[in-house]
Amino acid sequence: MAPVIRMVVLLCLALSPAVAADEARDLYQFDSRQQEQRFQALIAELRCPKCQNQNIANSNAPISKDMREAVYRMMSDGASDEEITGELVSRFGEFVRYKPEVDRRTILLWATPALVVFIGALIVALTVRRSGRADATADSLSDDDRKRAARLLNDRDPNHHSS
Amino acid sequence: MKRVLMFLPVVVVVIMGVILFAGIGKDPNRLESALVGKPVPQFSLADLRKPEQQLGPEVFRGQVSLLNVWGTWCPACRDEHDDLLWLARDKNVRIIGLNYKDNREEALNWLATLGDPYAVNVYDPRGTLGFDLGVYGAPETYFIDADGIVRYRHVGVVNEKVWNEKFQPLMEEYGESS
Repeated sequence: MAPVIRMVVLLCLALSPAVAADEARDLYQFDSRQQEQRFQALIAELRCPKCQNQNIANSNAPISKDMREAVYRMMSDGASDEEITGELVSRFGEFVRYKPEVDRRTILLWATPALVVFIGALIVALTVRRSGRADATADSLSDDDRKRAARLLNDRDPNHHSS
Repeated sequence: MKRVLMFLPVVVVVIMGVILFAGIGKDPNRLESALVGKPVPQFSLADLRKPEQQLGPEVFRGQVSLLNVWGTWCPACRDEHDDLLWLARDKNVRIIGLNYKDNREEALNWLATLGDPYAVNVYDPRGTLGFDLGVYGAPETYFIDADGIVRYRHVGVVNEKVWNEKFQPLMEEYGESS
């Protein structure tokens, strides 16, 4: 019984975004499948200014509907993706981009992942190098040390066998 | 060297603390308008009271004005209405209304019963000017200087506190020039 319920719940969860996306899609007519995909990609990357953690594709806010309509209208007029996003940014601000432009203000945002990986690699490299050096120094035993070590090891051997 | 490294976590925590503390109390729903420093967008819409008269961006010329976005469907607009009346009457502020996604009869009815703080009202039933202004929720109030340039946008209710803190300084800065 439990696996069946789990299956049903999972199915519902899996299908719910598809249902929401359908709602948005049904309102518009497209010449080709390609155009429709372009529209979906565009509205998925634009952020709703009212309901701030949703894109305009999934948001039911009136402003998102207006923005979807504007995207559709501009697309029908033959505007490029950059022109469409630019028009919306000029009205609602940089905020509506989920993927901000690379410029002076956002460079840290874009560079942070690479920077963190670089720092991590540096730490690993330094740690490895230091431990390598530690091994090298540990290896330099004096002759007396070696003799003592050999004696100790020989002493223990018979005991090991007997036990 | 080891000693210094021991303090690294403390330094990191302090820096994080300062950055995060700066964010406390900031309202993420208040966005700065993309139009600040730019002229009011081009439009041609009817006057709410006189349907035959078309209004354009020239209504903002020659005098500092507030542009207040409102609608009868918006409860917060009802809330700020008395404050707008107070501003128009006691502070002599010129308020231009943008009747946003509303219905003319209901809007006129609202003004008749509650009083009319607006010098003039732009009737925008489809929200076209609202869209060009980047309006994402009424009420919104824009401070527009005598040259028709947007200087500030406030999202939410304008009351005495907001007026004193945000609009009064702008009034002092831009008000004298006209």
